[in-house]
Amino acid sequence: MLPDKSGHFGAYGGRYVPETLMPVLLELEREYNKARKDRAFRRELDYYLANFVGRPTPLFYAARLTKKLGGAKIYLKREDLAHTGAHKINNALAQALLAVRIGKKRVIAETGAGQHGVATATAAALLGLECQVYMGTEDVRRQALNVFRMKLLGAEVIPVDIGSRTLKDAISEALRDWTTNVRTTHYIMGTVFGPHPYPVMVRDFQSVIGKEAYRQILKAEGKLPDLLIACVGGGSNAMGLFFRFLKDNIKMVGVEAGGMGIKSGRHAARFAGGSPGVLQGAKSWLLQDEEGQILETHSVSAGLDYASVGPEHSLYRDNGRIEYTYATDDEALAAFDLLSQTEGIIPALESSHAVAEAVKRAPKMKKNRVIIVNLSGRGDKDVNQVAEMREVRL
Amino acid sequence: MSRIETKLAGLKEDGRAAFIPYVMAGDPDIETTGRIVLELEKSGADIIELGVPFSDPLADGPTIQRAAIRALRQKTNLKEVFALVRKIRESSRVPIILMLYYNLIHKYGEERFAGDSAKAGVDGFIVPDLPPEEGMALADYCRNNGLDLIFLLAPTSDNDRIGLVSKSGGGFIYYVSLTGVTGARESIAAGVEKAVKKIRRMSGRPVCVGFGISTPEQAGQMAKIADGVIVGSAIVGRIEKAASPDDAVREAGRFARELKKGILKAGR
Repeated sequence: MLPDKSGHFGAYGGRYVPETLMPVLLELEREYNKARKDRAFRRELDYYLANFVGRPTPLFYAARLTKKLGGAKIYLKREDLAHTGAHKINNALAQALLAVRIGKKRVIAETGAGQHGVATATAAALLGLECQVYMGTEDVRRQALNVFRMKLLGAEVIPVDIGSRTLKDAISEALRDWTTNVRTTHYIMGTVFGPHPYPVMVRDFQSVIGKEAYRQILKAEGKLPDLLIACVGGGSNAMGLFFRFLKDNIKMVGVEAGGMGIKSGRHAARFAGGSPGVLQGAKSWLLQDEEGQILETHSVSAGLDYASVGPEHSLYRDNGRIEYTYATDDEALAAFDLLSQTEGIIPALESSHAVAEAVKRAPKMKKNRVIIVNLSGRGDKDVNQVAEMREVRL
Repeated sequence: MSRIETKLAGLKEDGRAAFIPYVMAGDPDIETTGRIVLELEKSGADIIELGVPFSDPLADGPTIQRAAIRALRQKTNLKEVFALVRKIRESSRVPIILMLYYNLIHKYGEERFAGDSAKAGVDGFIVPDLPPEEGMALADYCRNNGLDLIFLLAPTSDNDRIGLVSKSGGGFIYYVSLTGVTGARESIAAGVEKAVKKIRRMSGRPVCVGFGISTPEQAGQMAKIADGVIVGSAIVGRIEKAASPDDAVREAGRFARELKKGILKAGR
């Protein structure tokens, strides 16, 4: 069973952090293992997932998109319908409950697109925790709506004005905060990244997506799907959908942010343009130069704009269990429009990368084949940005 | 015994704590760093800690983050740092510890890194994001090359962690005086003395203290209880404010002499 005892997925993962954080990570691992096996904790989490988050989220057959593409049947796992508008709440809520259980009264988080920040602020408001969210100033600019949502929810947003001013720098600042306030604070990391136990813990909390989809597709189609597609930033929505299906022989594709193309150097496709290294607590594939300095990334979607990727993804990339590809900014934007107009669903720009891959693959597959696309979030937060790119004044 | 361990043992016999200043290689430029190191030695440094810049220094506060950005703008890399150490070795035997983040070592290749470090005349490493659990392979390469891989303990470390770090690596144990990142603080955190005594008792090894020490008074306070006193951000901040490279060398030397005075006054 992965990961091993010290948090390694093959050659990846582990715990590359300052000593100050080692004891709290070991404590978190112990507490998480206890909570995982505790029926009362699971019952409490299930209660909130059903009555607060609104789970299960639907698995929706996209009939018009399927017809338009003329190939495989496309189902959308509607994480965009989860409370706060993305899958992030599954993990944020579970970790907030864990924080309460451990006795921490303050939570911190990093955020890129703002979805994880909003989810954490929401869970903190629900459970009465103090909440501060680190966000790069570039993302603050791109995602003004989510910044204000977090403030409305009673959280403080701390702009991070160093480095590339995006998700990577927000994580570094959150880790520095945690190092300083480790005794009172729980760090709610938003993806399957960072030091052990985060990659496994976040995967477990997100695996509810795949568990539901597994049941739902059997009910709808009487068989398992032929292909799963999800976008991969840190990789939590992808791991959430894929995990339940891993032992079945089902093809899976993770879609990274191709930005302005791999050759341009302005992208966040770690597997297409990176190599293994260590960043922010984990060994994994990352975008770095020949000396090991971390490269700046680019994506139209703030949630995919990150230099590294969850270590479990790196293992599945190496052993071929999951295929990884990328969609460019333009492809994602075209998919954003297409889904809006054919299905009446405005997808998040992150999720639009997964839709873009379905657009490429579905026409080449037989009509009796079935694809599930993880629609990890809704696009309301991106409307301002897209309008700005198209020079539309709102 | 390594050069670092010999140095600390000698100082202990004299009843003195080691003065260990930190500067960032390549700040303001690599040539000036060489001059600063020699000036620090002349001003009483017993061991030099030399930072290698990394784009994402997650254990460092704003002062050293900014120094890393300046050094990276100068295109400072490991190859240049090794060349710098070789040059320093032409005229100085002061023990030199590189402080760097693990990804730089990983990318260079652990074995090659240890080999090239030894050839250049480096004495050891502090790798703030490498706990013993992940550092065993590098520790072996270091041992084979006569280098000290120095591990850290923090106020949050319990007896299990102290036990693990006690039997890992070489040189000394780096005690982080506070829960937080590097950077000057108004006062020294409470409980350092108790922690240092406990670690020394449990490990039987020298313990040097760093993080947050920024004045001659604080350095003196630490010298009373630790085997070595590490001062980083306070020196780097003075180099940052210097009007010219010459001024940076002068300022670093002047401040180092003040710190040294504080340490000597404290006695042991």
